[in-house]
Amino acid sequence: MKKILIANRGEIARRIIRTCNRLGIDTVAIHSEADGDLPYVSEATEAVLIGPNPVVQSYLQMDKIIEEAKKRNVEAIHPGYGLLSENAQFARKVTEAGIVFIGPESSIIEKMGDKIESRKTMIEAGVPVVPGTEEGTRTLEEALEAAAGLGYPVMLKASSGGGGIGMVRCEDEQALSQQFAGVKNRAKAYFGDDVVFLEKFISDARHIEVQIFGDHHGNIVHLFERNCSVQRRNQKVIEESPSPHLPQDARERLCAAAVKAAEAVRYTNAGTVEFIVDKNNDFYFLEMNTRLQVEHPVTEEVTGWDLVEWQLKVAAGEALPQQETIGSKGHAIEYRIYAEDPKTFLPSPGKLGKVVWGKGARIETGYEEGNSVTPFYDPMISKIIIQGADRVEALAKSQKFFATAEITGLKTNIALFKNFIESQEFISGEYATAVLPQWMEKTKEEKKI
Amino acid sequence: MTALKASMAGTVLNILVAEGDAVTAGQAVITIESMKMEIPIEAEVGGKVEKIHVEVGSFVNEEDTLLTLGE
Repeated sequence: MKKILIANRGEIARRIIRTCNRLGIDTVAIHSEADGDLPYVSEATEAVLIGPNPVVQSYLQMDKIIEEAKKRNVEAIHPGYGLLSENAQFARKVTEAGIVFIGPESSIIEKMGDKIESRKTMIEAGVPVVPGTEEGTRTLEEALEAAAGLGYPVMLKASSGGGGIGMVRCEDEQALSQQFAGVKNRAKAYFGDDVVFLEKFISDARHIEVQIFGDHHGNIVHLFERNCSVQRRNQKVIEESPSPHLPQDARERLCAAAVKAAEAVRYTNAGTVEFIVDKNNDFYFLEMNTRLQVEHPVTEEVTGWDLVEWQLKVAAGEALPQQETIGSKGHAIEYRIYAEDPKTFLPSPGKLGKVVWGKGARIETGYEEGNSVTPFYDPMISKIIIQGADRVEALAKSQKFFATAEITGLKTNIALFKNFIESQEFISGEYATAVLPQWMEKTKEEKKI
Repeated sequence: MTALKASMAGTVLNILVAEGDAVTAGQAVITIESMKMEIPIEAEVGGKVEKIHVEVGSFVNEEDTLLTLGE
């Protein structure tokens, strides 16, 4: 491969450019008007203004992006994460244009993008799924009947949903009745499809996912797990690998189930199988993400492999290493720095003033001092990845790092991290998906007293 | 007359009231989309909506006036 186009922006575009530079591959960056000054634009070999600021007029313009790719003679398109990365139609169009799509086949994206369909596929493959409805629930009456069978609380979810949007926890019949129409409408508005279904809510659960990879020679491997249970608004804030307090036998079963899930769809390229893991270390398939994850650096730090390089190699038809040669060493934690109020989590767009990082971390950032974090896109500014010989060392390095980290000009969640990483809840490692909101509630109460 | 201002920059997603409507303090009157999140903007005081200064799809900066409320 000599030249690729990156159909994305910010930190992930920059991350992909870095690997391409190392491998001697030229890159074409696309950008909106607001993003013209961001570092990734000048770091790419070529850059093209693709459209105005709203994503529908720029980063989601499939035909325009493909046209640019053809004009500039690129061999492949890397979709990054978010935006068009899990859009089966885009993957199909890219392939039809004679360009390699760096990701799985469009049919796999389609199948896994439909949550009901992916649950069915996993059931057939013998992978445990969260108890729930096998088909979509069309009416409130159907939903109420199904929920009574499953037992409350239940999760009401959009089949085509993702990224924490289109899912609501319902405590009882009344809550489900109140939420049903809203989730359906939201699903229609955001994902163009109003099919919803129910899953039993598993309490005290951890969100643990397994990184998998498949090549075009039938080899599917895993690169161990990541615990992504520190969340706000059903979105991840901290991820770590290995997952604390996960016994070795459970880890092995989890990774084996993920490989089985990938084999069931003859998966190629990078993917992640997400599981809900309960107190007894029993686990259930949640969904499969058919792209590179935001938190992939955690896996890179413990395995020593460059996952973007693997994506490019697989796309070029090369073979992946065998499972036995892939190991995990030490411990890595990723912190997502968001432009948001650390207490209310409300967005805080603005211009970055001073940016001061601590030492001893890998920093993946889409912005530098003076850049604007605009309201048009995701609030993520940077990812901080800290690695240690074990979790204790990684935590100590994290505390040192955040002691001096500072961003001025807008609000960020750095202040939240400074306190949260000192908490017993996080240090003990025995935490579930509700840990962050629960800890915030607790510290608020303590301050009142 | 009170001006209701945008608490952050974003795109107007929904206007939940019409000119002439009576609103109460705390009532959500406009939704702004910023950084992929929907933020309801609430009336700080009660009153009658005198003028709506924005339309769905318009981009607003922090502190821009969204609507004015009268007695």
